[in-house]
Amino acid sequence: MSRKILGRSVQTLLLSVGAAFILLPFVWMLSLSVKPRDEIFTTDVHFLPSRFEWSNFTFALTETDIPLFLWNGLVMVAGILVFQILFAVPCAYALAQRQFAGRSLVFGLVLGALLVPFHVTAIPIFLGFAQIGLLNTFWALIIPFIPTAFGIFLFRQFFAQLPSDLFDAARVDGMSETSIVWRIAFPLALPAATAFAIFSVTAHWNDLFWPLIATTDPGLATPPRGILYFRDQESGDNVGPLMAAAVITTAPLVIAFLLAQRKFIQGIASGGLKG
Amino acid sequence: MSNILELRDVTRVFGDRTVLDRVSISIRQGSFTTLLGASGCGKSTSLRIMAGLDRPSGGDVLLDGKTVSGLTAYERNVAMVFQSYALYPHLTVAQNIALPLTMRHLSTLGRVPVLGSLVPGASEARRMILAKVGETAEALGLGELLDRKPGQLSGGQKQRVALGRALVRDPSLFLLDEPLSNLDARLRVRMRSEISALHRRTGKAFIYVTHDQTEAMAMADQIVVMIGGKVAQAGAPRELYERPANRDVAAFVGHNAINFLEQGDGIEIGNSVAGLRPEDLSPDTAGTLSARLESAEYLGSEIVLGLRSAKGTEIRAIAPGDYAVPAPGSELRLGFSPRKLHLFDATTGARLETAA
Repeated sequence: MSRKILGRSVQTLLLSVGAAFILLPFVWMLSLSVKPRDEIFTTDVHFLPSRFEWSNFTFALTETDIPLFLWNGLVMVAGILVFQILFAVPCAYALAQRQFAGRSLVFGLVLGALLVPFHVTAIPIFLGFAQIGLLNTFWALIIPFIPTAFGIFLFRQFFAQLPSDLFDAARVDGMSETSIVWRIAFPLALPAATAFAIFSVTAHWNDLFWPLIATTDPGLATPPRGILYFRDQESGDNVGPLMAAAVITTAPLVIAFLLAQRKFIQGIASGGLKG
Repeated sequence: MSNILELRDVTRVFGDRTVLDRVSISIRQGSFTTLLGASGCGKSTSLRIMAGLDRPSGGDVLLDGKTVSGLTAYERNVAMVFQSYALYPHLTVAQNIALPLTMRHLSTLGRVPVLGSLVPGASEARRMILAKVGETAEALGLGELLDRKPGQLSGGQKQRVALGRALVRDPSLFLLDEPLSNLDARLRVRMRSEISALHRRTGKAFIYVTHDQTEAMAMADQIVVMIGGKVAQAGAPRELYERPANRDVAAFVGHNAINFLEQGDGIEIGNSVAGLRPEDLSPDTAGTLSARLESAEYLGSEIVLGLRSAKGTEIRAIAPGDYAVPAPGSELRLGFSPRKLHLFDATTGARLETAA
């Protein structure tokens, strides 16, 4: 019995240490974002400020382009997500529930594509976009991420578990393959779609690499790039408002994840479709 | 009467496996046909080919006398009920039943929830669909359940919804793929009579796939026995029972497994195999067959006797319920009417017509 308690305590301790390591920068960010300027650089560590300095937030929201960056980020991740689902779901359905020549080959290619990091294809894509004059547009931020091997894989695994009788029934009922995809398969895959949406949105919201390459126009800056501008302003590093801006750009993700947490876990552990 | 559906020499090959080998089946208008066979005999594949969900590798499918090989399931206007029910889990019972009608009567735009009502004719179509769904649900006793999702229904209710979805569209033909095999025994018997009643009411042809010979015998007016991808015999239940075309059919049809006796089992049949049903074989002091009693199962109305012949062949016989069972190990004499003896060729298994 005491051994069990000991094991539990060790587990909890290790988890707490791990969590502390990961959370510390975030906590520090939160702490700095509400500290007055003179308390930011001190030799001793205080997590709580002597008084809350909300002007950091008002400064970030009113004196800088943060609202614009947030809007740009929203347009970009929404665009990416919508098109990803628009293409990945029918592809996954075809791979899981249709018979055609070369199906396993195509699926093998999808799996292969999962192994290729984006950085490998970034330069050719950049050169191609430069040729057709697509750089410095929203499309340059969106198009490279529309074909998503991960999305196709995730949805395919989900669809492969659905009984094929279900789709045969839909065919007998007069549905075309396209309407089967959107009226039967997709609604059933909502947990998987939620999980995918979270992966996709986080990855692209936080992405600095590609926006930095594909766009130079400050008007198209997404939040991570926006924060970069912020730091370079002539006043030097204005840490308080900078941290406030960082809080503002991370908050949407954290809130979205907390809201979708249950569906997310369901989608990852996806199996649970009872007939 | 004319044939509503015909398979002519249909062959289906998956890779190097021949699942259907020159299968020919005719379905009369308004008949109730069962495809009976063990799992893997090709009965479900035949049904899928009839439905248009699968294409034959060779041969012809005729619907109402016309070749329909190129038509989809929907264009053939057949309804199908699946073993797993295949209800759409995210739609309510009403939406499940309405789906075939929405697909037929509403345009793509008309199916969009709010915008759809602006499409000319859509609201009348919607009203008509609603009325038909209500009617069908009422007839199947589903009136209370229209707003439920399939996950909240019992097996029998799901089965009814699946039937409702088939019924609502007024198809030319009903195809049922082992619809009762997921139900418990009691419910199965009840749904059996409900399906029979449905058949009488609609007057449409039903094609029913099953591996349960009791279901087949009880419901069908034509049974097609399939063995190893071929039609072994097709005919009325009585014909199959009384004159099985070969040994395998005789073994498959009949509530009690048939006895096969050979030369030396106390019966003079030469170089052939005799089939004798347990219900045609009973204790009789003047009987010609003799065997040692091994077990007796008392079932109330009858007693099933397990015996062994001198040669060691297992024999089952049925005695009336009031029969006084002798001690195990005693020699019993069994009698049968020669008319009930089926003779089969020892090598091919085909029926020999010289029996009587």
